[in-house]
Amino acid sequence: MSAALLDVDHVSKRFVKQKSLGERIASVLGAGRKSEIVRAVSDVSLSVHKGEVIGLVGESGCGKSTLGRIIAGIYTPSDGNVLFDQKPVAKQQGRRTSKLTTRIQMVHQDPFASLNPRMRIGDTVAEGPVTHRIVKAREADGYVADLLARVGLDPSYRRRFPHQFSGGQRQRIAIARALAMKPDLLVLDEPVASLDVSIQAQVLNLFMDLRRDLDLTAIFISHDLGVVRHVSDRVAIMYLGRIVELSPTADLYAAPNHPYTKALFESVPRIGVGRRNFHPIAGEIPSPLNPPNGCHFHPRCPFAGPRCRAEAPPLTAIGSGRFSACHLNTGGTA
Amino acid sequence: MSAPAETRWSRLSQFWSDFRQSPVAVAALIIIATIVLMAILAPLVAPQDPYNQEALELFDARLEPGEIGSGGYVHWLGTDAAGRDVFSAILYGLRTSLIVGVLAGTFALVLGGVVGLIAAYYGGRIEALIMRVIDLQLSLPAILLALVLVAMLGQGLPQLVAALVTAQYAYFARTTHGAASAERRKDYIEAALSTPIPARQVLFRHLLPNALPPLIVVATVQVANSIALEATLSFLGLGLPLTQPSLGSLISNGFQFLLSGRYWISIYPGIALMLTVVAINLVGDQVRTILNPRRSR
Amino acid sequence: MSEAVLSVQDLRTQFKTRTGMLNAVDGVSFEVGRGRILGLVGESGSGKSVTGYSILGLIEPPGLIAGGEVLLNGRDITRLKGDELRRVRGAQIAMVFQDPMMTLNPVLKIGTQMIAAVRAHDRVSRRTAWERARDALAKVGIPSPEERLDAYPHQLSGGMRQRVAIAIALLHRPAVIIADEPTTALDVSIQGQILAEVRRLADETGTAFVWVTHDLAVVSSLADDICVMYAGRIVETGAAADVIASPRHPYTAGLLASVPAEHEPGERLPQVPGSTPSLSDLPPGCAFAPRCFKAGPACTTTPPIQKFEDGRTALCHYPIESNSCQPLSSTSTTYRSAS
Repeated sequence: MSAALLDVDHVSKRFVKQKSLGERIASVLGAGRKSEIVRAVSDVSLSVHKGEVIGLVGESGCGKSTLGRIIAGIYTPSDGNVLFDQKPVAKQQGRRTSKLTTRIQMVHQDPFASLNPRMRIGDTVAEGPVTHRIVKAREADGYVADLLARVGLDPSYRRRFPHQFSGGQRQRIAIARALAMKPDLLVLDEPVASLDVSIQAQVLNLFMDLRRDLDLTAIFISHDLGVVRHVSDRVAIMYLGRIVELSPTADLYAAPNHPYTKALFESVPRIGVGRRNFHPIAGEIPSPLNPPNGCHFHPRCPFAGPRCRAEAPPLTAIGSGRFSACHLNTGGTA
Repeated sequence: MSAPAETRWSRLSQFWSDFRQSPVAVAALIIIATIVLMAILAPLVAPQDPYNQEALELFDARLEPGEIGSGGYVHWLGTDAAGRDVFSAILYGLRTSLIVGVLAGTFALVLGGVVGLIAAYYGGRIEALIMRVIDLQLSLPAILLALVLVAMLGQGLPQLVAALVTAQYAYFARTTHGAASAERRKDYIEAALSTPIPARQVLFRHLLPNALPPLIVVATVQVANSIALEATLSFLGLGLPLTQPSLGSLISNGFQFLLSGRYWISIYPGIALMLTVVAINLVGDQVRTILNPRRSR
Repeated sequence: MSEAVLSVQDLRTQFKTRTGMLNAVDGVSFEVGRGRILGLVGESGSGKSVTGYSILGLIEPPGLIAGGEVLLNGRDITRLKGDELRRVRGAQIAMVFQDPMMTLNPVLKIGTQMIAAVRAHDRVSRRTAWERARDALAKVGIPSPEERLDAYPHQLSGGMRQRVAIAIALLHRPAVIIADEPTTALDVSIQGQILAEVRRLADETGTAFVWVTHDLAVVSSLADDICVMYAGRIVETGAAADVIASPRHPYTAGLLASVPAEHEPGERLPQVPGSTPSLSDLPPGCAFAPRCFKAGPACTTTPPIQKFEDGRTALCHYPIESNSCQPLSSTSTTYRSAS
């Protein structure tokens, strides 16, 4: 495991829902509600090797974005460690998180929100590298021009403001900003989810080109199984804060193991399959405020047994490089 | 893609063409410009230096508007009890009022802006503490606070400005806090922090410029409020010393003659004050309309 | 489509802006038959949502419906005003929005709102209205509907709220429901559930759906027919399976080809170059021509509506022929990297 570029080691993240002043007074008087704790990520371990792209897939509340932000040093884990090149990614200073590395960079989902609307895009791209002396201030202009060309934008656009660009172009700018820091690891949080289909393909192609040319390592977060299959070497399926299945992409799509993965694949509408009857997963996604006991998926799982209700299945090896968290794999009855 | 590279100038011209949509606001802007210009050029425009005691003639006391005094020129707005030309006194009074208003407004903007920004950026206990103090202060009438402060600090321009700033920074702080809290949650701040860009740089390069538009609106209104507040204090005799009269002291000066028919000594400075305050508010309203992000473009 | 319940003829919707009039919907025509689901597909700015809003007369200034007819069971509803329009809306034609909170009032219980919705068009007792509300919730697959009627919208999940919105739309058994990206904000597993319910409802109740979406996969597995929109015009129509299997319009082909799930992992995706043009700055003739791999000299003039077998149409000078129907691979070499 020590050869890994990134080690996510038994990481959990809990968010305590802030109580308002009124609620705090009420709780002092004994009338208030208990503080609510969201277990966004619980006990996740993952190692990422150099040059690898890991897809993180799941539905809302599964913790994929939170895990991405922990890896990107935006949050510190409540428990466990995230080590990048053997060193912690971020540390907690009082209430604030201070990031310790510049070698992990993030690309956000919504390119309309992730660029400062009052800053010229050239300045946005140059800010990080100039601040961290990756490039000298007077050379920044040429550096930015090269990066914009790299992501397929006309370098002469660098004196423009974000609102003068389309969604796809903005996402390219956001990618250029991340690349400007010369990162070893890129965390992409739903980078194509807010883009039109025809633009999605452009950005995905750009990502694959960059990956090849720059030997990037990446965490690719998406709810779109098709997109993840296309760009990832390995895929982690998450459900309510836990990784339920982790597998090389081809194996996973050929033969999903976990009942949730199977059900997820079943629910996805696909082009060319034509009109058909869905076999969607029954029931709703439980709130991460109050997840079910045992295996989080058991209330929706057709194979659930008494053991699933009592005991959370650990992520165990089920084949070469394949892991799944399901009691069905560990023999005996569920 | 064919959009031209945006320049600061094109933004300004866009702003101006939006501003022009309201003739009232344009008229108000012209009034403000005239008032400011006249106040700046007071020594050249005013027929008399109202504070040069030696130039005042008691013969000229309480002349009605339009009468010609011993100086040989028409007192268009009459004279006061000391023989001061009211028109000249208003021009000089405007100078003081505007200086106090702009100084107090600017300092309150800077102080309130920084306080609000810090509260929004750091959050948690710092935010709770700052915002509770602000709330407390906003629950008191600004005039009361200013009165107490002036009474404590004594008379003089710096003291007065300090009192006005203390009484008013809370408005700026609350506005900044609101705008900055909304911006604070946006992805571009998170993106900057995860680069990582140092906190201070995020605060001033990212958060502040985006929290600024509502602050500009508050600033225009607060300059008007400062002027009005200062006038109130001066009217009550707590503002500036009589050697540095403002519009408020002029109104107060003529107040005792108001009922004896010599209305002009009070009324004209009053009109000047009203005109200034209303015009600034009208311009502020139009700026608010333009900067409103929900406005359809 | 022998009996069209909804027939849109040459619909035009314009928006007045600083730079002039924009044709958000530029001569759109289509028909939907009883119990059929029509997928109205397009990317952002294609005019698909505006078309949906226009059908219900939900366009507000600076927008206006500049022309065309919307025939609901043969009656033009674009000319209706005030009370007349209100009688039609909600009873004969209804809308489901992307955000169900457009339909739901956050401070009223679901039951209160549904009873009011029933009694807006039918003079029935509260008891009857309540029963109809309960049945409607059950019909869209909501478990324990009685309890849900007693809940406030915020107590339900996003998927549940959308089901309630669909149930409200269904209350009066309208002839047509216009659904604007109703599952876009939902999770895949919840979307799957709703799509399955909608398919069943269309078959069982005979209500026709116009399903406005950007998602070809959704349309492919849900709709009977497809209209593809680009820059305010319908560029291709036909039975869903046919259009998906062999698109005639180069834009449709490009869209279908760029879906990653249809390619080998890691393979370079065929991409449509450039980006969607602004409505204020459309090229003359075919709006897609600058991005099109088949564009030729004729494309600077307005393309004709070309008719094909099985009632399919394409708005194109150079439509893709049926026997060269391998757009998925044939375009991959032609579409180069983006601008």
